[in-house]
Amino acid sequence: MLRIPCPFCGTRDHSEFSYGGDASVEYPALEAPAEAWLEAVFQRDNIDGVQLETWQHLHGCRMWIVVERDTRSHEIHSVRPAHEGLASALAQSADPVNES
Amino acid sequence: MKPYSAWNVFRNGLSRQKGWERAWRDPEPKTEYDVVIVGAGLHGLASAYYLAKNHGITNVAVLDKGWLGSGNAGRNTTIVRSNYMMPGNREFYEHSLKLWENLSHELNYNVMFSQRAHVSLLHSPAARDGAARRYNTMRLTGADGELWDLPTLKRKIPHLNYSADSRFPIIGATVQPRAGTARHDAVAWGYARGADQRGVDIIQNCEVTGVERTANQVTGLKTSRGIIRGRKVGFAVAGNTSRLWRMAELGKLPIESHKLQAFVSEPLKPLLDQVVVFGVGGAHFYISQSDKGGMVFGGDLDWYKSYAQRGNLPIVQDVAECATSILPCLGRVRLLRHWAGVMDMSMDGSAFLCKTPLSNLYLNAGWNYGGFKASPASGWYFADLIANDRPDPVILNHALSRFERGINIDERGAGPDPKLHG
Repeated sequence: MLRIPCPFCGTRDHSEFSYGGDASVEYPALEAPAEAWLEAVFQRDNIDGVQLETWQHLHGCRMWIVVERDTRSHEIHSVRPAHEGLASALAQSADPVNES
Repeated sequence: MKPYSAWNVFRNGLSRQKGWERAWRDPEPKTEYDVVIVGAGLHGLASAYYLAKNHGITNVAVLDKGWLGSGNAGRNTTIVRSNYMMPGNREFYEHSLKLWENLSHELNYNVMFSQRAHVSLLHSPAARDGAARRYNTMRLTGADGELWDLPTLKRKIPHLNYSADSRFPIIGATVQPRAGTARHDAVAWGYARGADQRGVDIIQNCEVTGVERTANQVTGLKTSRGIIRGRKVGFAVAGNTSRLWRMAELGKLPIESHKLQAFVSEPLKPLLDQVVVFGVGGAHFYISQSDKGGMVFGGDLDWYKSYAQRGNLPIVQDVAECATSILPCLGRVRLLRHWAGVMDMSMDGSAFLCKTPLSNLYLNAGWNYGGFKASPASGWYFADLIANDRPDPVILNHALSRFERGINIDERGAGPDPKLHG
């Protein structure tokens, strides 16, 4: 069982979360050429080591988060909200709700 | 090499079993081969075997970082079937099943292939219609398929949970009678022995640590036992394909590595004669009984990307719930062990048997859940691809380029999300 520290709810079992995928993927503009969409939709680095990935706290706050996790050891290095504004607001807050 | 036979068993019984030879050599690697295959799993060994057998190419090395068959060859539920519907897959898996049917004779090695039937339970008329369409399509390729109504199913497998108030009442089943199970280790050993007899060097404990290349060719493989060069090189390392791909500086792949667990119970007296599959709603479960009596079963992936060969507990619970919901008689059976293997999950759930951007490098990858049953045909077509430098029409679309051409082979219609192609 992975234990994921949700920035909003505290540390929870991973079975409360739904795995999204590779968080380093940047989707191109709608009118971008087909090659850019091919890259974003189908091609993956598939890192063996520390990667960024998205999870949704489906059975909790329902927020999307970005988790930095080692795909060999399953160790979690950092967690932040996927929403940039929330992430920076939380980073500025003196007392983030991180451990429970 | 003396063949295995009843006479040899008898003769060695009289001579204190002293007359057996080792099944394959343990050669020192040469510095150069006609073909080097990375990965001595079922696919790599089968490829080497058919390179020697079908194409007369015997100056071949198969490299493995561990011992042969130490990866997913031993981490599966040994199910063999050909009930695929998409063009390409249909012909491919049916060819594989035909090879399975003669494999023990072909290899002079008992792979214990047991055509015990693959029974997929049905729970709604819509599912039955879908299954009928699938099986009719299969029959066009020469595969076999049957629909069993409820009375037939009850007669064949009396102890499934047929109660009308179960969450998903069973209404019948689709069946492939020629499908079944095989002994996974024996397949690896049989191909290894057959390839070795024909002159293939199987180099164990030889990890590839780097790939030397020019702009358009692989020139050598750096390994823990020195540099090994191959005029042609094949990768057959499902689970770790992306790692080798990065060593060759080839960029990204339409593959994610996920882990899949499998389980075996304590041995029981004969209980289940078929492979039974339960897949409805959120459930995904398949079970058979091994010759030793253990119930062998599995379910979904662990749902997140991983290179760790160990599973998580929510799936154990999920699979146990599935087991007891269709076979309540298993309720007090204890698990003997469980394990996890790392799968190449591709973006459409189908494999890659293809040429690559490097002219002398060939790729065998992306087997998702289906690698075990595929291994004979995978070796067959991969050997053909390497020997003739062009894909057979059957695997024409099993290429990396299929995504840019919009001809995905998506059996489940699940879209480009690797974890959904279970």
